[in-house]
Amino acid sequence: MSEQKLYSFRNPWFSASVGITIVLAVLSALAGLIWLPLAQSDLKLSGIWDAICSAAGVPRVSTQAPSLQPDFKISNVVMTSEMLTRKDAVSIGRGATLAQRCAICHGPQGVSDAHSPNLAGQFAAVTYKELVDFKTGARVSVVMSPFAASMSNQDMLDVAAYYAFLPRVPSNNLDPTIPAPPIVVTGAPMRNIAPCGSCHGDTDTKAGSPWLGGQSAVYIKAQLQAFASGARRNDISQQMRNIARHMTPEEIDQVARYYEAQP
Amino acid sequence: MLTSKRLILAHFWLAFAAFGLALVLGAWQMFVRSPLNAWHFNPEFYYRSVTAHGSIMGYVLPTLVAMGFGYAISEAALEKPLLGRRWAWTGFWLVAAGAVVAMIPVSLGWASVLYTFYPPMVGNPFYYIGVVMVVVGSWIWVALMSINLAAWKRDNPGKPVPLAMFANVAGSYLWGWTAVGAALEIIFQILPVALGLRGTIDAGLARVFFSWTLHAIVYFWLIPTYIAYYTIFPRAIGGRLYSDAMARISFILFLVVAMPIGVHHLFTDPQVGAGFKFMHSVFTGLVALPTLLTVFTICASAEIASRLRGGSGAFGWVKALPWANPIMLATALSLVMLGFGGAGGLINMSYQLDASIHNTQWITGHFHLIFGGAIVIMYFAIAYDLWPHLTGRALDSFGLMRTQLWLWFIGMIVTTFPWHYVGVLGMPRRMAFYDYANPAISPQAFSVSMSVIGGLILLISGALFLAVLIRGHRAPGTDVGPYQFAVAVHVPARIPVALNSFGLWLALMVGLTVVNYGYPIAQLMVLPETSVPAVYVGAGR
Repeated sequence: MSEQKLYSFRNPWFSASVGITIVLAVLSALAGLIWLPLAQSDLKLSGIWDAICSAAGVPRVSTQAPSLQPDFKISNVVMTSEMLTRKDAVSIGRGATLAQRCAICHGPQGVSDAHSPNLAGQFAAVTYKELVDFKTGARVSVVMSPFAASMSNQDMLDVAAYYAFLPRVPSNNLDPTIPAPPIVVTGAPMRNIAPCGSCHGDTDTKAGSPWLGGQSAVYIKAQLQAFASGARRNDISQQMRNIARHMTPEEIDQVARYYEAQP
Repeated sequence: MLTSKRLILAHFWLAFAAFGLALVLGAWQMFVRSPLNAWHFNPEFYYRSVTAHGSIMGYVLPTLVAMGFGYAISEAALEKPLLGRRWAWTGFWLVAAGAVVAMIPVSLGWASVLYTFYPPMVGNPFYYIGVVMVVVGSWIWVALMSINLAAWKRDNPGKPVPLAMFANVAGSYLWGWTAVGAALEIIFQILPVALGLRGTIDAGLARVFFSWTLHAIVYFWLIPTYIAYYTIFPRAIGGRLYSDAMARISFILFLVVAMPIGVHHLFTDPQVGAGFKFMHSVFTGLVALPTLLTVFTICASAEIASRLRGGSGAFGWVKALPWANPIMLATALSLVMLGFGGAGGLINMSYQLDASIHNTQWITGHFHLIFGGAIVIMYFAIAYDLWPHLTGRALDSFGLMRTQLWLWFIGMIVTTFPWHYVGVLGMPRRMAFYDYANPAISPQAFSVSMSVIGGLILLISGALFLAVLIRGHRAPGTDVGPYQFAVAVHVPARIPVALNSFGLWLALMVGLTVVNYGYPIAQLMVLPETSVPAVYVGAGR
């Protein structure tokens, strides 16, 4: 047995197994890379080489006309989950000075009594993105747009860093007895609504989603209505518009009241 | 002759203790997402639990069973003490420590990414480091099996390697090579992101790497089961193995064609070309071959045993089989579940049919039926068969064992058949919450509730299994004799060198991997802009 040579085409085990394997591999490659793609008329292939490239997954240059552009500005901020998570003392200090002009609405400590968003402790990436969107016109506000228009990119980074540095203050309307509405905890799968908590805190936090605890109910409700009507459209890939459109007015009220009462 | 009893027992007990824990989690998951439970908890707990359940059942349990059983086979089949016992203990402690390191972040909710990782989701680095430790620990086993076989061959030139050891080493080589995919994914794709060195991840490439592991790992789980079919079952029912050569060919076929097929898990993924999906589909079809060979050989071996006991007639011999024997029962139930699961698998492997059940509960039902059913029931049988030889005490609670095996079978059928059905109805998998009040989903409520009952039956069966093993430690000592494997009808005196060595088959395995995976991987590595921002899981508020 040991004198029998394994790696030799005279050994029937060797020749049969290698032969069958090669034949199978070649046949399946011929079928998968040439025959099947050519059999599909909708692929519009120009020849065998084109068929092979198509079936192998080589990226093909699209021949379609350029896609339609919307007639309004869309947000051009690219969000990542580690964006602006590093603290920079110089930036925070500059931001504190710049933020004085924000205090009239957003409060000297970043906590508002005017139904403007509370910014104290908000994620820096969130504040920064909104400022950029105001500046580019992706989000429009008679109050905020003129402010943002004159800010440099560094100004916006600094203001965002400063507000992220401020501690979150418990809500004035704190009421832990309000139960979490179903839309916050489970969403509404049949309407394609993910749970609010899966992005805005409680369950998990996603890049670019603001922390909502303690925000003014009036503000939250106004924003959800704006998303639903399309008046606000700086949400990337229509994430919030698709959700708000399918929410009932009662759900919008519940969510607004619930988040206002959270710490 | 088993000399490393403590080593083998340690593997089995760690495996089964973890299994018991994961079984409780599994039953809980069945319950909380069913209509029997009013929805009132954080869905994150569900994903946390699924991650722990999957990681234990997919990595810890089968790896430890394969390792422990492998050491037992090496000593019993080669009739010499294990070489490198210290290394074996090192491997064991690596697996044990890895399991703990992985489970801490999972239980804290820092790595609820499920055991298949699903990049661009990225969890706590210690979860992945723990999984790598489990894999590295098992690679020590792969090396030891190879070394023990080589030493035996040196001492016994020209002799046929005992079938059990041949199959065992085939399984270890299969695992050694298939684990490379997940290792590449973790080390080069996920860990740099989890450690914060990179913020983006090539999710498509990572998924291709994982598919390299994901299908052949199933055959690694399966190999101890097949070893039990071929080398325990015929002996346990008082018969002989129908064909030694057929058994070797089956294991060789697994080694060669189990690898280049994983892309059938990516049929709906855009990053792999349709041509390669077709090629993987063809080779997936080929894996049915060794299973069909096995079913034939095992049924033939059963018939031999039955006719030796006086069974007669075309089908009458089935009645004469020793049905009171737990190994007989376990093997028969296992083959039934393998039949149903295999039939479902033919649908999964078909490029077209897969589209109707892809990512539905059908898939969950399928792999629970094959792995949790057909494979794990034979892990029970292996434990029952080996236990007296490990403890030196009789394991004679046969009634309890039969009850346990029947409960496992019934529980698995009651769990997985409704699961398949709701999958056909379109119920997605990996979801913590289903709104059964919705008219579109409410018809699934009854089937899902049935599955919960199946899950409870499985939980009872699992508890009985552990009880039988614990009773085995308390029984009076007895002389159980040496551990033996089934003898073939024609005991091989001389066999072709191809059926007695692995070089050729390993070359074909690697070659086919290169043919079927080489281009898709190379292309994804070369293409620019294929990375996406990572989504960190469990980042908290």
